[in-house]
Amino acid sequence: MSARREPVGTGRVVPMRAAAGEPHGAARLRHHVVTLLVENKAGVLVRVAGLFARRGFNIFSLAVAPTHDPRFSRISIVVDVESAPLEQVVDQLDKLVNVVEITELHPLEAREAELLLLTVSADAVSRSQVIQLAEVFGARVVDVGTDALTVRFASSPEEIDDFEEVMRPYGIRELQRTGRIALPKLVRED
Amino acid sequence: MELTGAQSLIKSLEQQGVEVMFGLPGGATLPVYDPIIDSSIRHVLVRHEQGAGHAAEGYAQVTGRPGVALVTSGPGATNVVTPLANAYMDSTPLVVVTGQVSRAAIGTDAFQEVDITGITAGVTKHNWLVTDASDIPRVVAEAFHIATTGRPGPVLVDFPKDVANQRTTWSDPGPVDLPGYSPPVDPDPQAIAAAADLLVRAERPVLYVGGGVVKASASAALAALVEVTGAPVVTTLMARGAFPDSHPLCLGMPGMHGNYTAVTAMQRADVLVALGSRFDDRVTGKVDAFAPGAKVVHVDVDRAEIGKVRRPDVAVVADCRAAIEALVAAIASRSGDDAADPSRLAPWVAQLDEWRARFPLVYDADAPSGASGAGRSAVKPQFVIEQLRAATPADTILVSGVGQHQMWASQHWTFDQPRTWVNSGGLGTMGFAVPAAIGAKVGRPDRTVWAVDGDGCFQMTAQELVTASAEQIPVKIAILNNAYLGMVRQWQHMFYEERYSEVYLSPDLPDYVLWAESMGCVGLRVHSPEEVLPAIEKANEIDDRPVVVDFRTDSMEQVYPMVPSGASNDDIVVHPSQQGELR
Ligand SMILES: Cc1ncc(C[n+]2csc(CCOP(=O)(O)OP(=O)(O)O)c2C)c(N)n1
Ligand SMILES: [Mg+2]
Repeated sequence: MSARREPVGTGRVVPMRAAAGEPHGAARLRHHVVTLLVENKAGVLVRVAGLFARRGFNIFSLAVAPTHDPRFSRISIVVDVESAPLEQVVDQLDKLVNVVEITELHPLEAREAELLLLTVSADAVSRSQVIQLAEVFGARVVDVGTDALTVRFASSPEEIDDFEEVMRPYGIRELQRTGRIALPKLVRED
Repeated sequence: MELTGAQSLIKSLEQQGVEVMFGLPGGATLPVYDPIIDSSIRHVLVRHEQGAGHAAEGYAQVTGRPGVALVTSGPGATNVVTPLANAYMDSTPLVVVTGQVSRAAIGTDAFQEVDITGITAGVTKHNWLVTDASDIPRVVAEAFHIATTGRPGPVLVDFPKDVANQRTTWSDPGPVDLPGYSPPVDPDPQAIAAAADLLVRAERPVLYVGGGVVKASASAALAALVEVTGAPVVTTLMARGAFPDSHPLCLGMPGMHGNYTAVTAMQRADVLVALGSRFDDRVTGKVDAFAPGAKVVHVDVDRAEIGKVRRPDVAVVADCRAAIEALVAAIASRSGDDAADPSRLAPWVAQLDEWRARFPLVYDADAPSGASGAGRSAVKPQFVIEQLRAATPADTILVSGVGQHQMWASQHWTFDQPRTWVNSGGLGTMGFAVPAAIGAKVGRPDRTVWAVDGDGCFQMTAQELVTASAEQIPVKIAILNNAYLGMVRQWQHMFYEERYSEVYLSPDLPDYVLWAESMGCVGLRVHSPEEVLPAIEKANEIDDRPVVVDFRTDSMEQVYPMVPSGASNDDIVVHPSQQGELR
């Protein structure tokens, strides 16, 4: 792992970035996951989102939920920007009084997960195929209608992308994703 | 003891040691204004809420204590947005309390309702909407704590009218508990050692001193650092006075209108030690060409400043004074080859002296030839500043507006103490000077307070001189009346082929003397160089009311040197009389 050269004394841990000009999957790996532990107070999300909006950074996905300690919530934000400007935002986020802790993860260093709910057309002819495919992916049918099924799938964002693609020919009627959440990969001794 | 929310607020402010606040009442703050009658806190009634905010800033800049402003909801609150933004840029501790409509009416477009916490989120360190009167003591304690610690800055407390009327009790909130807020204090010893290494071995060091040194009251520590290292100092616009201009190693102000030596010393430095400064674009010029050969040590209490513009080689995230003291101790404790030896810097200092001799700050002292036409005058603005400096006490507080006059004030005044210079640096807010001078005089009634203002700036907030007269705050205002929005005119002169668009004001519309007198001030006017000193002396003698002097200065004067916007500092444009000196 190549940590970028940092000045002495910042105490900052800089995660590895996707190298410029990386041939495969470079665009996909440009995104960053920023997770914040914040005080569970009114207006916090606006302050956090405001720092991205101010710079014209689009938030790709966002997940907010309380933690085991009711005083705090965790916000997971996925943004698609270069590392350098993001570093500034992260430093600014850290300055927000209600932000307690902040972690920035590169996709290669994170375990990411997401949840999908998807309603897909499934008439008498296609229904069994849809159910079979869902089983192959490990997704679950959670609702059954006359000519449609609703499927729930929790997995890595990439597998969810894949599942979406497989379902598309059957006719996706509605789809919702939660946005990704992430934790750092654990270190393993060799 | 039972009391109202409003009484709890005033009591909380008293507990914080607030001695004065600047404000103007309205419907939403009626309940808050009632207990003010019985409070020990002095209230200065301004004529516009922008004046309240800037006065609070002036007070804070000269005293180091937080300035407090109290305004009503809606337009009262929006009027204070400019001072908040100004204080945010210049890291001035400010606590602004805004009235708000009653809780039940919030979000209904009620009369004089604005989402002021939303509007000011980007220009405050933090803000609060108080939703229950029992929170007041805690919120006020947090507000003062956040405004004054770490990198200081403005905060805002939005206070609904019905919360002000709520029955509540007051109890000491105890120490603040803010899990997400813990500004750094002590420097990392390893970083200090690395910084000391660089500085001791440097051949061409420069200490690049910013406003953070003033905020941290680190002037004495800085003087000790200069003493042990022999390194020269530049003081940015926000740091004028942090190190005395009279010191042989003080090079003065760097940046767009900095002097040649200060600018060039940074360009040629091999080690640049940034102390509470932030590599502002007005200092660096073109960033890629700024101090190209320098290794950088960056000391700042705000981690987000580290690497924002220039990636340092050594970062010290700490209180500036603690860091400088640690650096001095680290350097002083060295011996042998590792010890600092100021005499090694003799060639560097000789080079600096040579530049200083070749490129002093100069202006054409002669009367302009053919001194006719709008705004032509034999009175040079720089001459007025020099005379003012010579005729006022050493510890005079100088306040300025924004424009050419601000640059001349910073260049030609000699500063010898911190907190004697009050100006709007980061935001460049025209109209800052008059109210800020009022706040400064309220904070330091023992000092002479002069404001150097532009004719354009003066017209933006002059009405606060009514406040000054009514409240007997005897500030002195020197208008450098060049009949123009001079700084904009200068850019049109230099970069738009002298096509002057919407910059002419007129020297005598308004009549500044009559205007001053109508506001209860003494008004004086100066047309010729001989009248300059007598007018200043006359103004100095008046201590029972404000004085305004309308100096008719030469409109053709340009601020030199100048680094054109976006250019490298190497391309500094010096005064025309010195251009032959550039090789
Ligand atoms: C509120 C505000 N509006 C506009 C500007 C742009 N501006 C910068 S300097 C300046 C001219 C100031 O004129 P004056 O006060 O007469 O000062 P001078 O430059 O002539 O000394 C202007 C318009 C500003 N800084 N602030
Ligand atoms: Mg002018």
